[in-house]
Amino acid sequence: MTQTPVTQYDTPTVIHWLDGMVESLSGLIGQDRTIALIGIRRGGVDVGRYLLDKLRLAGVPIAEELGELNIAFYRDDFSSIGLHPVVGPSQVPFEVENRHIILVDDVLGTGRTVRAAMNEIFDYGRPARISLAVLVQRSGHELPIRADVAGHHLDVAADQYIDLDATNMQVNIGRKK
Amino acid sequence: MSLPDPQFNIQGKLHHFIDLDGLDRKLLIEILDTAEGFAGVNDRTVKKVPLLRGKTVANLFFENSTRTRTAFELAAKRLSADILNVDLVTSSTNKGESLLDTLHVLEALQCDMFIVRHGDSGAAHFIARHVSPNINIINGGDGQHSHPTQGMLDMFTIRRHKGDFGNLCVVIIGDIKHSRVARSDISALVKLGAGEVRVVGPRTLIPADVESLGVTVYPSLDTALAGADVIMGLRLQKERMLNATVPSSSEFYRTYGLSPERLALASPDALVMHPGPTNRGVEIAGSVADGRQSVILEQVNFGIAVRMAVMSIVMGNSESLRHGELSA
Repeated sequence: MTQTPVTQYDTPTVIHWLDGMVESLSGLIGQDRTIALIGIRRGGVDVGRYLLDKLRLAGVPIAEELGELNIAFYRDDFSSIGLHPVVGPSQVPFEVENRHIILVDDVLGTGRTVRAAMNEIFDYGRPARISLAVLVQRSGHELPIRADVAGHHLDVAADQYIDLDATNMQVNIGRKK
Repeated sequence: MSLPDPQFNIQGKLHHFIDLDGLDRKLLIEILDTAEGFAGVNDRTVKKVPLLRGKTVANLFFENSTRTRTAFELAAKRLSADILNVDLVTSSTNKGESLLDTLHVLEALQCDMFIVRHGDSGAAHFIARHVSPNINIINGGDGQHSHPTQGMLDMFTIRRHKGDFGNLCVVIIGDIKHSRVARSDISALVKLGAGEVRVVGPRTLIPADVESLGVTVYPSLDTALAGADVIMGLRLQKERMLNATVPSSSEFYRTYGLSPERLALASPDALVMHPGPTNRGVEIAGSVADGRQSVILEQVNFGIAVRMAVMSIVMGNSESLRHGELSA
C-alpha cells in the first residue's frame, strides 16, 4: 500500500515530540484524579503506552491501565470498503462513566477515526470529558475535530501518508500509491 | 463440469455462508478473530455497534427453532440492523405459494440478507442460486447437511478455553449420521488441525464412510473418552427412537449417555459441550450438563458474537464489491 518514505523523522525527534506531549498532558491533568488514557489501535496504543509510562513515572494521578479501542465496528466507510482487518478487540479495563478520558492516536488527519472512537467510548458509559492527544496533527481535516495536545504539526498534501513506525519510534512520510 | 462455489463473489470474497466445506482454514480463523472483537460488545453498557445500521435481515425459518432464530435476531440487533422474522412454517408456503415466489416478495421488500433454516438438505444452496446477487444468504441449518454458524461457535468456545487445536482430542457422541451440527463440527475441527477427532454412537447412527472425513470411529464410549479434552454431545431426535434406529432412551443413556462416572474417564479439565436443547437422562446426565466442566450456556452466549462476525463479514464484502462497481 505504501512506498519508500520520502521524509523520515528519526527516533530522537519523535521522542522529543512525545516528551513534549507528556509535559502538556501533565499540565492538562493537574490534580484531576479521574483521568484515564485510551489509545486507538494500533498506532494510538503505541503512543498511549509511552505517554502512560512517562506520566506514571512523573507521579501524575492516572489510571494504571491503558484502554484500547478497535474502531472497526464504528467506522463510517463500511459501505465502501466493508469490514476492516481485525486488529484485536477493544479493551477498556476501567469505568468510563464520569471519567476524564484522554483519547490518544498517532496521527490526526480527517478526524473520522476520532469521531468513530468517541462514538464507541460513549457505548461504555458517559465520560465527564474527552480530550484528544495525538503525536502528529496533519492537514486535511474533514470534521471539526482538533487535538488538545499535539506532539507536532505537519502540512502535507492529500496524497501523502504519515506513518508511525512504533518499533523504532520513527515517523515516515511518503506518497500514497 | 462443476459449478463454482456459490459462497464466493467474483472477487473471491465470502458472499454467502452456507457450508464450512468450501472454506479454508484462514477464513475460519478470520471469522473467529472477528468474533473475538464482537464478544466484548456483549459485555458493555451499550450492547450494540452501528455497523449494519440501515440494513434489513430476514429470518426465514421453514423449520421451528427458537434458539437459533433468537440468536440470529439478537446478533442482527446488536449490529443495528433491522430484523424481520418470517415464520414460514405456518405461512404462505402452506397456501401453495412457491419458495421462489416467497423469496421474490422478500427481495421486493428490500431485504439485504436472508437467514435460512430448512428441513431439507441443500435448501440454503438452492436459495443462494436463485436470489438476486445483492442478497447474502446465511445457512441457519439445512436438513442433515450443515449448520455452519453452530460449527463456528463451537470452535470459538473451544479456542477460548483451550487456545490451540493442535493437541486436542475431541469426542463427538451420538447420532452422527443425521446431525448437521456434527458434520459442521467435524469439517471445522479437521481444517483447524485438531489433534484427533473421535466419533462414537450406535452403529445405525454412524455413517459408513465417516472416517473419510478425517475422524476415527470408536467402538465404545468408555474407550473414546479416555484422555479426551473436549466432549461434544448431540441431541438425539425423538423420531430416531420412533423409527427404531435406537432401542429406547434409557437404553441409549446406558450405552452412550454422558454420566459423571464416564466423564471421569476424560481429562480432568475436559470441556462438556452440547448444541442444545439437551435431553437430560438421554444424552447427558443433568449433573454433567450443569456441572463445572459444562460450557453449554457459554456456547449460547458466544453464538451471538460468532453470528455478528459472519453477518458483518459477508455484508461488508458485498458493500465493497458494490462500491467498486459504482466507482468503476
